[in-house]
Amino acid sequence: MINWFKYSAPSTFYALAGKLAPWFAAIAAILFAAGLYVGLYVAPTDAVQSDSYRIIFIHVPTSLLSMFIYLVMAGYAALGLIFNTRLSAMMANALAPTGALFAFIALWTGALWGKPTWGAYWVWDARLTTQLILFFLYLGFIALHASIDDPRRADRAAALLAIVGSVNVPIIYFSVKWWSTLHQGATIKPSGVSMEATMQMGLYAMFAACWAYAIAMALWRVRSIILERERSAQWVLDLPETR
Amino acid sequence: MMNKLSLPGLLALVIRRDLVLAMRRRADVLTTLIFFVMVVSLFPLGVGPEAKMLTKMAPGVVWVAALLASMLSLGRMFSADYLDGTLEQMLLAPQSLPVLVLGKILAHWMVSGLPLVLMAPVLGLQFGLPADQLGVLVLGLVLGTPVLSMIGAVGAALTLGLRGGGVLVSLLVLPLCIPVLIFGAGAVEAVSSGVDYAAHLQLLAAVLVAAAVLTPWVTAQALRISME
Amino acid sequence: MSFSEFIAMHGRGMYVWGSYGMALLIFVVEIALVFHKRTLTLKQIRMMRDAEGDQ
Repeated sequence: MINWFKYSAPSTFYALAGKLAPWFAAIAAILFAAGLYVGLYVAPTDAVQSDSYRIIFIHVPTSLLSMFIYLVMAGYAALGLIFNTRLSAMMANALAPTGALFAFIALWTGALWGKPTWGAYWVWDARLTTQLILFFLYLGFIALHASIDDPRRADRAAALLAIVGSVNVPIIYFSVKWWSTLHQGATIKPSGVSMEATMQMGLYAMFAACWAYAIAMALWRVRSIILERERSAQWVLDLPETR
Repeated sequence: MMNKLSLPGLLALVIRRDLVLAMRRRADVLTTLIFFVMVVSLFPLGVGPEAKMLTKMAPGVVWVAALLASMLSLGRMFSADYLDGTLEQMLLAPQSLPVLVLGKILAHWMVSGLPLVLMAPVLGLQFGLPADQLGVLVLGLVLGTPVLSMIGAVGAALTLGLRGGGVLVSLLVLPLCIPVLIFGAGAVEAVSSGVDYAAHLQLLAAVLVAAAVLTPWVTAQALRISME
Repeated sequence: MSFSEFIAMHGRGMYVWGSYGMALLIFVVEIALVFHKRTLTLKQIRMMRDAEGDQ
């Protein structure tokens, strides 16, 4: 029976994260290679969208993950607020930059996909607009945490903001969807591409690759956060890397 | 002094206190209003005076200006009480903190939101909005501006005492206010295109009710986090 | 499919490689920043320990 609570202590989690991260990184590398091979080479050129549809293999995974990571962040934030565990807040902070960068990649690749396919770099449709707002929410979280000097207050304030944000995202999405149907703007659906088996495989591989990458980044980042926060603790001073 | 008070009694006490304090600093109240008028007036200067375009833009412009003006005034909600120690007393008081917070939010709305609602018809006329659209614009603002104060309260509580205050609060709060903007401006546009506008206002009312129930409690939590 | 055809992507090459290029750039920068942060943190701890003398 694994004593999970042992791993809620920063010292034990530091070691665990250090052991796990390289594995996730390796898995990510392999899956990226496989996914890119399928997406850029094996999968056939689409009849309607020509080769620019291949952007979906990076756009869709990063977009979905940017939403998923925000929810995980909010989950850790809630855990930290309810159970007062320092490590939960550290994990939320470790996830934020990766989530924000995924959101940015989704926006950038979405624009480059939009131009050859629908003629415009940016269209104000529900999905892209919500993606932009999600990016702002990430930036707000990071900015708030950076603006507060006291680490405990910073953790808890940013945590509350993350939870409020995550509750708001469905409301925002609904309202933006409402707004875009009212204005009869373009509705961008990936259904423009006929999903062959190879395309699906590529998508799954890239999604798993980005997921593994995010976990690796978060685990590595949290190690530095732990070191910084716990720097006066004896176990940190006993570490070989701090000698 | 704050002994056994009923809920409405407590609310009335807090609102009255905040209004009295606000009246002593009338300049603050007026600057928000002047900012609102100025921002709305900037748009024609930026996009040209073509009447039809301005009338089409009007609901969006008024609503965005209302959002920005609301953001500007948020710093005032808690900072005075924070600086003179009253806020600390409120946190320690036996009275329900969410109720106290709701009182402060309502007082803030009366001082910062209500003047915008009253000013909006004048600005709407400047943009050539017909009467029926003006009516829906004002109704939407009546429902929506309290929500802006409520969501803003959460942001103000989280950023209590921080440098860079005003801009940071706006960064945090503006994305959360987007639904209000969409439903409020959308209602007026529905009128102009002859579609049913009731749904927009009903959604706005639903958001108002949800915010009224949730934000006082969340703001109270945020205050505790900021003051520990 | 030849290599130059692969790069050209039926005329859509700019968009496809512009997308993947940006993603790669961001991943590389992110990884570099994470490890740079670790280096900085470890340096800070060593400096702190030196300043306080040996435990």
